[in-house]
Amino acid sequence: MTTSTSENTMNGYRGPGRTVLENYGVDVWSDVEVKTTNGQFRGIILPRSETADDKHIVLKLDTGYNIGLAAEQITEITEHGKREANYKIPEQEFPTSPDKPNIVLFGTGGTIASRLDYRTGAVIPAFSPGELYGSVPELADYCNLRTEKLFGVFSENMGPEQYIKLAKRIGEVIEEGVDGIVIGHGTDTMHHTAAILTFMVQDAPVPIIMVGSQRSSDRPSSDAALCLINAVKAAAESDIAEVLVCMFGPTSDEYCLLHRGTRVRKMHSSYRSTFRTIGDIPLGMINPHKITTFRDDYKRRRDDRDVKLNINYSDEVTILYYYPGMKPDVMEAMIEKGYKGIVIAGTGLGHVNKPTYRALQNAKDAGVHVYMTVQTLWGYAGMYVYETGRIMMGLGVVPLANMLPEVAFMKLSWAIGQTNDREEVKRIMLEIIGDEITDREPYNGYLLYQGAVPEVQEFIKTIRR
Amino acid sequence: MERLPLKPFEEMSPTDYAEIGLKCGLEVHQQLLTETKLFCRCPAGQYTSTHDAEVLRHMRPTLSEMGEYDGTALMEKKTRKNITYRLHHATVCTYEFDDTPPFPINDEAVDIALQLAILLRLNLVNELHIARKQYLDGSIPTGFQRTTILGVDGWIPCKDHKIRIRQLGLEEDSCREVSDQGHDRVYLTDRLGMPLIEVVTEADMFTPQETAEVCNEIRKLCRSTQQVRRGYGATRQDVNVSVRGGTRIEIKGVPQIWRIPKLIYNEASRQVALLRIRDELNARSITEDTLETPNKDITQLLEKSSYVPVKNAIDKGLLVKCIKLPGFGGLMNTLTQEHTMFGKEFSDRVRVIACLTELPNIVHSDAASDSLWPQDWQKLRKRMNANDNDVLILVWGDEKDTTTACQEISIRAREATIGIPSDTRQPLKDGTNGFERVLPGADRMYPDTDLPPITVTDSRVNSARERNPEYVWDTEARFINGGMVIDDAERLCISPLAPLITYAITDLKIKPVFLGVLFSQKWRAFKRAGLQPKLLTNDAILLLLLALSSRLITREGIAWLIEILLSDLADKEEITKDDVENLLNELQMKPATEDELNTALDNAIASCSTVLFPTPMKKEKHLMGQLMRQLRGRVDGERILDILKDKLIPEIEITVAVKESVKS
Repeated sequence: MTTSTSENTMNGYRGPGRTVLENYGVDVWSDVEVKTTNGQFRGIILPRSETADDKHIVLKLDTGYNIGLAAEQITEITEHGKREANYKIPEQEFPTSPDKPNIVLFGTGGTIASRLDYRTGAVIPAFSPGELYGSVPELADYCNLRTEKLFGVFSENMGPEQYIKLAKRIGEVIEEGVDGIVIGHGTDTMHHTAAILTFMVQDAPVPIIMVGSQRSSDRPSSDAALCLINAVKAAAESDIAEVLVCMFGPTSDEYCLLHRGTRVRKMHSSYRSTFRTIGDIPLGMINPHKITTFRDDYKRRRDDRDVKLNINYSDEVTILYYYPGMKPDVMEAMIEKGYKGIVIAGTGLGHVNKPTYRALQNAKDAGVHVYMTVQTLWGYAGMYVYETGRIMMGLGVVPLANMLPEVAFMKLSWAIGQTNDREEVKRIMLEIIGDEITDREPYNGYLLYQGAVPEVQEFIKTIRR
Repeated sequence: MERLPLKPFEEMSPTDYAEIGLKCGLEVHQQLLTETKLFCRCPAGQYTSTHDAEVLRHMRPTLSEMGEYDGTALMEKKTRKNITYRLHHATVCTYEFDDTPPFPINDEAVDIALQLAILLRLNLVNELHIARKQYLDGSIPTGFQRTTILGVDGWIPCKDHKIRIRQLGLEEDSCREVSDQGHDRVYLTDRLGMPLIEVVTEADMFTPQETAEVCNEIRKLCRSTQQVRRGYGATRQDVNVSVRGGTRIEIKGVPQIWRIPKLIYNEASRQVALLRIRDELNARSITEDTLETPNKDITQLLEKSSYVPVKNAIDKGLLVKCIKLPGFGGLMNTLTQEHTMFGKEFSDRVRVIACLTELPNIVHSDAASDSLWPQDWQKLRKRMNANDNDVLILVWGDEKDTTTACQEISIRAREATIGIPSDTRQPLKDGTNGFERVLPGADRMYPDTDLPPITVTDSRVNSARERNPEYVWDTEARFINGGMVIDDAERLCISPLAPLITYAITDLKIKPVFLGVLFSQKWRAFKRAGLQPKLLTNDAILLLLLALSSRLITREGIAWLIEILLSDLADKEEITKDDVENLLNELQMKPATEDELNTALDNAIASCSTVLFPTPMKKEKHLMGQLMRQLRGRVDGERILDILKDKLIPEIEITVAVKESVKS
């Protein structure tokens, strides 16, 4: 996060650390010589992280290294002036050309491109076209770029307010005539946003591409630049007019996959290739030179501006991850607190234990909409297979086939935002908008090969992952 | 052939080096002996030559503080390298190839580094901050090395003065390069992430030999802890060299200390030569401002050339470009290092940055006769509008690479008018060095946001201090002053046996020279004979030394007993005190009594009573040998000699008399 400068002195210092600085009349950015019981040190006093203890001060040495000195061991500090950090990102004008498509990049708070402040380590987001051009000049090969920062929140702090604002702005810029939209987003909940946008912004005439990065762009090995280049190319050049997630296919710097917004999920906390299409094949792959589609059943780019916006959302929906031994009071508490919709992630084909049936009955009686998805992520909820499933359906639980739990949650929030009518909600939930439920699971839609199996080893030895 | 600007290496004196203002510094990298790596739990010290999978990455420079790309960063961007990492199941996890954030730092490594920081008399920091040091060559998949400083401003003694130590860092080791051809560089990742320390000295050394000595002292200090790795590549040093008016040049990754002097000599020579070339160019009115270096695609002109590299290139459909360096005529063959001419500065750049790795990658008109026909050069001069004072350089490859090559040649020529470019140089086997990359700028360090700072408590420092051995130089001085052979002392002061030897000298009053022979020379003899002296526990050795000091066994006996132990118990995991005790009991080892000795001597004399010896000395030697064999380990040679003298007094006296007469 950016650290503000002069107006906020003693940045991060509290307790003994702050006292020692005050005692010697020095401050953050002071160029100092510090005498301690361990010897002498020379450097610049840096801001201290708010989460670090209050017993040390941080010094940047001439060699660029930072060190911490214990306040209680400091016997003298002499100031030799101040050297303040300068945070400005150099801007270069983003070149425009009448022949290139016009792309809008929305910022939601995830850092797409950034520059590092070498003195503090603060990451300064690069976002204006000029700043972006300074760090990823390749973008100008594909489009004329306009950027708009909608909000600055971490991915986990995205919520209804942001979804609604985002969907509205998408509708507006489509009407203004843009040729493609890119949304920079933190990766943690990117698939939630991709799902809700699929429901709120229907029949868009242009690509809506969500992109983020798993390694921040201040790192030389970051995936950010390649993801962004690919996303911009997809928005500018592809004929796929859908909400897609564009993220690394393999961990190698090779290509990105284009995932449908309703079938994609973040599957690893830190891998670059974390986004996977679940229960289906991705829509295509993309590198800076080429877009390859794997299927034909996608909505095509159009010249008209007839986008259908359906911006509704209820925050009275929750998701219940079933675990063995679950007591009915968990669900009863939800009902009591006034939740109108519950998506259950059940075991196997979509099961919960018998004691929960009582809570399901209560939910039905209270008019709460209960939907069933599967914890296994792959596969369909199959509630006719066992007697228990049928009992649950009798208690009003609606199975959602192979809709992913998070997608089901977003969709139910959207549906209940529109109506509370039981049948109408059910109709909305089961009406397919963007492959959130598919009729067929292809044989190659479930590929989780296990390491050490000889043929798999052979494969990963020859194919860069 | 021109001459080097310096006297031959062997003739260079400290005064000669002082005259050119040579200054050297060191960065000694030493791997630590830990079980696991620094920021993940993969095993350290396991090397593999095969791989299970590969990952491809590109390094993208990040903007520096001033909104400019750092010199190195820019260079690596130009090279457009595809970097392949080879992964082996046994040695890497997802951390090494940057798909998992770091785990907390390896405490074992911190503790060892702390011990060394104390030994280097550094001012210790109270809180470790992990920094990221950018490396864009791909040698680390993240693009940066995680590193931290434990202390600054220390010193070590070297002869009669102090060498200042700037700092000690703890960092992760990098990948091992497999190959680097064209735009493809391949790395092995097994070594990646192993903990190592970096000891940085100030530029306090003024001759190549002194630099090597200091390096050796630092290595000794490290090894004296017994906590560092040994063997090829476990210690590597960067040598910083500058001459008066020159630039600090870093020769990176010198694997052996003995290579250091020659490398420094050649680098000093190169810097002096480059300064002279600069002066010559300026005298010819070629300066940074006046230099213009036009280049042209001359592929068509050379279509019929028979010069093989050019012909092959044209056959493959590649381009040949010619670049003119006005006023450089005659300078390209100036010797900069032994067997190395100025022209190599250009060839190196083209190889490293334009990735034209197949040699020769350039030819130039100062060595005209080695390549094209004279008429071709004539045509080229005409086309390039060049006269005899100008140099023409040809380079071949695809459009992008030749464009980069021409740019780089132009940049290098411009640098020649200014002086010595700031390079990182790679050491070559013949003692010269080659261009590796542009020296990175200062702005490549930044804090690692993945890890919090680590407090170094006083108690942690104190226990590191307690674990430390005494100063290796004190140990060494004790050994040498006590009479140990210098070679043995140097070897044993860093040995795990050093504390035991010290105890044997100070408390058991055993002579250092004997201990040196036993633990250094005999030990090596055992190893040569296929035995493993390291099987002996310290307690076992201590018991043998105690037996010696209490005269239970003799000096000859101790080596003999060890040999028996090592051969008989070679299959054991270790040879303990109990094993020694058993053997001593079994052999009824105790010193021979006076009676035993006398009887043995009488028998021996009797057995050779009929033999005629040419001199009494020969007889004495014969008897001596026989008795030593018979009473092996139970009696000292000196004692036998004493008794022999008593028995053979008349004969001895004669011998002595003869000796005296010879002397006078």
